[in-house]
Amino acid sequence: MVQAVTTLETGRQRTERTSASGCASSGCGSRADKLAHLPAAIRAKVNDHPCFSEDAHHHYARMHVAVAPACNIQCHYCNRKYDCSNESRPGVVSELLTPEQAIKKTLAVAAAIPQMSVLGIAGPGDPLANPERTLATFRALSEQAPDIKLCVSTNGLALPELVDELCEHNIDHVTITINCIDPEIGAQIYPWIFWNNRRIKGVKAARILIEQQQKGLEMLTERGVLVKVNSVLIPGVNDEHLKEVSREVKAKGAFLHNVMPLIAEPEHGTFYGLMGQRGPTHDELQALQDACSGDMAMMRHCRQCRADAVGMLGEDRGAEFSVEKIEQMEIDYAAAMQRRAEVHAEIEAQRQTQREAREQAMQPQRAEIFVGLDSLTRRRPAPSTAHPAVSTASAAPATTPLAATRIAARPTAEPANIIRTAGRPLRIAVASSGSGVINQHFGHAREFLVYEADGQAVRFIGTRRVAAYCSGDETCGDGESALTGILRALDGCAAVLCSKIGIEPWDALEAAGIAPNGEHALEPIEDAVAAVYAELIAGGGLSASAPATALSA
Amino acid sequence: MAYQITNGCVNCWACEPLCPSQAIQAAKPHFIIDPSQCSECVGDFSEPQCASICPVEGAILDASGRPVNPPGSLTGIPPERWNAAMAEIRAR
Repeated sequence: MVQAVTTLETGRQRTERTSASGCASSGCGSRADKLAHLPAAIRAKVNDHPCFSEDAHHHYARMHVAVAPACNIQCHYCNRKYDCSNESRPGVVSELLTPEQAIKKTLAVAAAIPQMSVLGIAGPGDPLANPERTLATFRALSEQAPDIKLCVSTNGLALPELVDELCEHNIDHVTITINCIDPEIGAQIYPWIFWNNRRIKGVKAARILIEQQQKGLEMLTERGVLVKVNSVLIPGVNDEHLKEVSREVKAKGAFLHNVMPLIAEPEHGTFYGLMGQRGPTHDELQALQDACSGDMAMMRHCRQCRADAVGMLGEDRGAEFSVEKIEQMEIDYAAAMQRRAEVHAEIEAQRQTQREAREQAMQPQRAEIFVGLDSLTRRRPAPSTAHPAVSTASAAPATTPLAATRIAARPTAEPANIIRTAGRPLRIAVASSGSGVINQHFGHAREFLVYEADGQAVRFIGTRRVAAYCSGDETCGDGESALTGILRALDGCAAVLCSKIGIEPWDALEAAGIAPNGEHALEPIEDAVAAVYAELIAGGGLSASAPATALSA
Repeated sequence: MAYQITNGCVNCWACEPLCPSQAIQAAKPHFIIDPSQCSECVGDFSEPQCASICPVEGAILDASGRPVNPPGSLTGIPPERWNAAMAEIRAR
């Protein structure tokens, strides 16, 4: 299995596919701008695709059906044997589905999760090495679930021969995992391919694979299919080379490039895991993404999900939809489709409101940088009325001595004039369970979204996955080690924003130089990040109510 | 003259459609080759198809019972490294 990641990959991390969705802009200024450079027809195609649009992934869900077990290549980051329900990587699945089961599962999930917009096939092998099973699934779903977008992720080896059939089934999003365009490098990533009834190894194998990938990419873009390219960043193997890959695939018409970090641990049983190949650091990944972004749109919100993932990108609800469970479900698909249309309309209305608010907020601030305004004198808006669903109510605005101490301990002391130059970038992590707002308890977060603010713009730069600090069951291990892992994941961040946070993690974060902040619950992420950036740069600008709010949980 | 599948098989289906003799069947706990059907691909292909696509070392044996893809031959992981890693993981 390949570990490529993307929206669709399944089990193996196929190198070949990575799923990403992404922010289409290279620099991604404010979110509203990200797709602005694209033609309207393409913007419409990706508007609700969580893996092709970073903004969409806050609002829409996807699922992968694991119908494609066979693979026609081996990648050094993939092990076809591995299957653990706690593991999230592309080549891993819990149960293989027949096309019939996959169709039933898709209808069941689409009925239960109205945010669902996309069905992908990503493995656990290579979907196009299982053309009958893959195409049978697409054929039935294009008839029975006409409102669901279909997409596929592949290593590309069998792509040229199947391009026309994919187009017949209305597949207009394809992800190809391309880790290299140099066969010498490819030979260090792919030990063999199966081609024309033979197993072929070494540079010769890599050359064939690369030729097929590039040909498939060209054929798809000629036909107007949106192509995302996934690449696994393997330090010392293809890191520098990926810049060239990015230029080449952009020249051939790829829409988005998703550079994903190698996942390699000995217990995965992969070549890289066992031979000590390390994955990239957060900084290495970001530096490479930034280097590539000059050439094309980069996706940074990929979660490298499993081939049987279900739900929003940051979550996996696959266990709720096992074959056994879906067999017993009664599905009224027509009603579900109606409901989904309503929910999608609500989501779009909400996104429109957020966009308008953002645009409005940008206007007066342009002259002054976005600092200031209410952020320097912020008090929590009375939380109870507008959003009763989120329990910010316990956030008494009282300033306890404890809280006062915390404020004093907050990293501060930037010269006051920095607020005017506004150049120093800071990374700020966010806990969100969706909808583009800060609405998750620190202890419940299984991932943090990391943004970079520099006083001019806020841009999303990536996701840090963590074990939940408090998942409320015995499997979460002891909180202390979970917290250690979270601190490591948040390394380099100046602050972390969440709806609430407990005292213990608050102290640990502060000790690590990361300012905890529960003050912006339910606010749009980018607005809150901009405000907190201003507060951090101003130094000590946080209102006294913030720590009290945060400590309440 | 027949190949056989061992319990190393991960049921990935890759071999089944390739068999020129339709000798391979899905079964529990793993796929099997019907020895009366298997021709070792003689006359159809220069290389046995199932063993040429199988991703798992040791999962397919030749007529003499030897693995067609011995340890290390597909993944490049030296068997001693594999064994040491498994021992480390078990000891955790």
